[in-house]
Amino acid sequence: MRASKYLRWGCFAAVAMLSACGGRQNQQTMLHPVGPMSGRIESLWWFIFVIAVAVFVIVWIFLAGAAAKRKVQEQLPPDVYPDPSYEQKLLRRVMVATGITVIVLFAILGHSVITSKYMNSLQSKNPVSIQVYGHQWWWEVQYPNPDVSQWVTTANEIHVPVGVPVVLQTGSRDVIHSFWAPNIHGKRDLIPGQSSALWFQVDKEGTYRGQCAEFCGHQHAHMAFYIVAETPEKFQAWLEQQKKPAPEPSNDVLKHGKEVLEKGTCVMCHTVRGTNAGSRLGPDLTHVGSRLSIAAGTLPNNAGSLGGWISDPQAIKPGVRMPPNPMSSEDLQALVAYLQSLK
Amino acid sequence: MSTVDIVSASPGTDATRHERLKDTWGDPPGIRGWFTTVNHKRIGTRYIITAFIFFLLGGILAVLMRLQLARPENHFLNPDQYNQIFTMHGTTMMFLFAVPMMFEALSVYVIPLMVGARNIAFPRLNAFSYYIYVFGGIMLWVAFVYNTGPDVGWFAYVPLSGPAYTPGKRADFWAQMITFTELSALAVAVEISVTIMKLRAPGMSLNRMPMFCWSEFVTALMVIFAMPAVMLSSTMLLMDRLVATHFFNPAEGGDALLYQHLFWFFGHPEVYIIFIPGTGIVSTIIAAFSRRKIFGYLGLVLSTVATGFIGFGVWVHHMFATGLPQLSDNFFTAASLMIVIPTGVQFFCWIATLWSGKLHFELPMWWIGGFFFVFLIGGLTGLMLAAVPLDWQVHDTYFVVAHFHYVLLGGAVFPLFGAIYYWFPKVTGRMLGETLGKWHFWLFFVGFNLTFFPMHILGMRGMPRRIYTYPVEMHWGTVNALETLGASLMGLAVLAFLANVVKSYRSGVMAGANPWLAGTLEWGTSSPPPNYNFLDLPTAGGREPLWENAPDQPVVTGVREDIRAVLVTKPMDAEPDHLTLSPSPTIWPFLAALAVTALFIGSIFTPWAIVWGSVPIAVTLIGWFWPTKKESENKKGMEKWEKK
Repeated sequence: MRASKYLRWGCFAAVAMLSACGGRQNQQTMLHPVGPMSGRIESLWWFIFVIAVAVFVIVWIFLAGAAAKRKVQEQLPPDVYPDPSYEQKLLRRVMVATGITVIVLFAILGHSVITSKYMNSLQSKNPVSIQVYGHQWWWEVQYPNPDVSQWVTTANEIHVPVGVPVVLQTGSRDVIHSFWAPNIHGKRDLIPGQSSALWFQVDKEGTYRGQCAEFCGHQHAHMAFYIVAETPEKFQAWLEQQKKPAPEPSNDVLKHGKEVLEKGTCVMCHTVRGTNAGSRLGPDLTHVGSRLSIAAGTLPNNAGSLGGWISDPQAIKPGVRMPPNPMSSEDLQALVAYLQSLK
Repeated sequence: MSTVDIVSASPGTDATRHERLKDTWGDPPGIRGWFTTVNHKRIGTRYIITAFIFFLLGGILAVLMRLQLARPENHFLNPDQYNQIFTMHGTTMMFLFAVPMMFEALSVYVIPLMVGARNIAFPRLNAFSYYIYVFGGIMLWVAFVYNTGPDVGWFAYVPLSGPAYTPGKRADFWAQMITFTELSALAVAVEISVTIMKLRAPGMSLNRMPMFCWSEFVTALMVIFAMPAVMLSSTMLLMDRLVATHFFNPAEGGDALLYQHLFWFFGHPEVYIIFIPGTGIVSTIIAAFSRRKIFGYLGLVLSTVATGFIGFGVWVHHMFATGLPQLSDNFFTAASLMIVIPTGVQFFCWIATLWSGKLHFELPMWWIGGFFFVFLIGGLTGLMLAAVPLDWQVHDTYFVVAHFHYVLLGGAVFPLFGAIYYWFPKVTGRMLGETLGKWHFWLFFVGFNLTFFPMHILGMRGMPRRIYTYPVEMHWGTVNALETLGASLMGLAVLAFLANVVKSYRSGVMAGANPWLAGTLEWGTSSPPPNYNFLDLPTAGGREPLWENAPDQPVVTGVREDIRAVLVTKPMDAEPDHLTLSPSPTIWPFLAALAVTALFIGSIFTPWAIVWGSVPIAVTLIGWFWPTKKESENKKGMEKWEKK
């Protein structure tokens, strides 16, 4: 039985490795849940994991036993007519094993059904309603409001209040994407021509990364987003700020930056509310200065990466829909400064 | 020697009969014979070698992907190359290696020998199906080399693979190639089911049929029901792209989910099409090396059949994240869990066989041990994926990549290597070397687990599949580097295997007719088998005819040897029914395959190719079925002879 001892140690090692992975703060992992949805999924995972390890160990104990039983090295004549009473005994054992298998399967099925029922039961009268649309290769995020002028549109960043149920209405503007923030909830495909709703709740303040999980073309690898969970007060303040149009430039450099934006090619794809840029092909840039990242989680939001991105996005994210924008360094600096001022 | 007389005996000594049979069943000499052969062993060997070459090509692509992912923000490949490479890897492994190897190649070579027949049923169709398979594969790989390789993933979801998001000809090559290779699988499915139903040796009733025949038979039936679904979806995709039908375009009333239902209605049975032959191999090898009849024959047969059925009822578990209604999700969870029951029964029967047998541990058994280890892990992670909420977390991540590599390599490649060590002596007459064989096993086993086990953890730590790179701060780099090391060990293992094959083929130990003392009929003839398979047609008195009747194997005598006579038996009890003529070698299947390939390539560019391309196909088919003078004489001769 030495083999099975090693196996047991192997399984303990695997468990240790998996739990170690959950420890890192704010990593994109299902083993570090921050809400009731991912929490329930995690407990389902440990339930099935323990069963799986047990089954593996038991099967290998029997296999190792069968291998250890081999007494002879030389070729023996085959056993064509095995002893019928022994065969009967074996048959009973196989039937018992099959019966146990069925019971275990029912346990897994029951746990799974209860969990998925729970996942569909979190609803409330006053949820925060957010719409998320997948694009090749970025996320459009909208906070609807009965007053159309109060709609908030942003990109690649979802702010939610802590401890409050959120309903996410999802859809796609082109191909199939999949919304996945493992610390918060399992994934949901965004299918063109279909909409679906996802309920979740975040109980712990923090910034959680999520990523597109369904292959959606060239830049599938660079289609991440952040979920920022903050206190309800902070969230309301953020929402109010986002409702405002872009601030007017306060100095000459920023004024020049705004001119570059309005006279250049930017207006053909982007919106900056309060300017003449009103196209919706690309992300809404009204408050781009306040975001954590640019290019759907590809780069941190700072002057250097913003400048590099604007002048040649294809070098950073080959195949992305945004064309290169050759311009003088003076124009570029002014444009970057202006965009950064849009908080 | 006891005999079963069918018709009056042919005169002559064994030596003269051997010469006569060899002439009757032989191919024309030289290059003509190469293109006209209808011998199942020659075609089967070609299938095996071709499928293995595609395995090597797919493996090279896997290594390229692993090199790209070995460290974060790597620039070894650009996204365009990476997307083509992972699509070609999946497509090659599934459509050009796994199905052709596990189903077509093994069954075309082994099944006629195992049931004691002189040739496969419909030998010309067999030649034709090989040619279209290899032409289809070449077509796809040539397109890839010319930078027209598909880049939308091996399941090519719409609308990404549709005309709006993948212009050019890349997805068209993929769609046509799928239809093409599945055409070949369908043809072989017909040949194999008829061979098994009608050409079994007298006495080999259904409940004496070897497990490998049962598994390939169930696989053949699955192919017949599953493949049309994918041929439909790929043809609809091509029509969307070529003649703007909008089947899958939601803007025009089409449905993107329809494609997924059609694809996975094929795609899930496909997993079992690859895995069920693997179970047949496991049963065969375990019985041979435990030196006892397989335990629980009836349970194994029913489990195989049940797996075949349930395999069609679980496709939605590939679509849990699409937001289908909860009730259907739970239904498909239950169905997916149910498939564990027959698989469990098979495992228990195998363990019982090993437990109660006199285990003899040789190279093929090593691979069965590897199968138990690897496939068990794959099956257990399958339990996790069947639970809908858990699937929402790990679907489309590296966890799934790990899971299906454990299932597919565990369920197919490990048994396949076992099968190659097991049947190599039958095919070549020489044993595969022991030392290199062990190197092969251990490098492959360790390399495999090092490559794929950590992927479970990566998936749970949030790494989605099909990304060509990832940022440093995700901390996925170390594990990925480890996996790349594992992949290179697997590469070394395959090189050791190739060296072993070349060395053993030239100078391996001579095998003799039955080196493993196995009990099934293919070991009842010389190694390699003569072109007519058996000097005397064998009979079966039990499930392991060579064991039950050793040393005297009863045979059928008196079947005419100067024409290609084949003994047809009844489907249930395999009682001799009548003699029929097996077709002679001809060039027409080759020409027909060329004509069909021309039509398929043309149809990528213009729908009119279907119209004009059908003319040469019609011509070649007329040639194919037009009886030659010799054939009509033989037929008349046989009718007269039977009356006598």
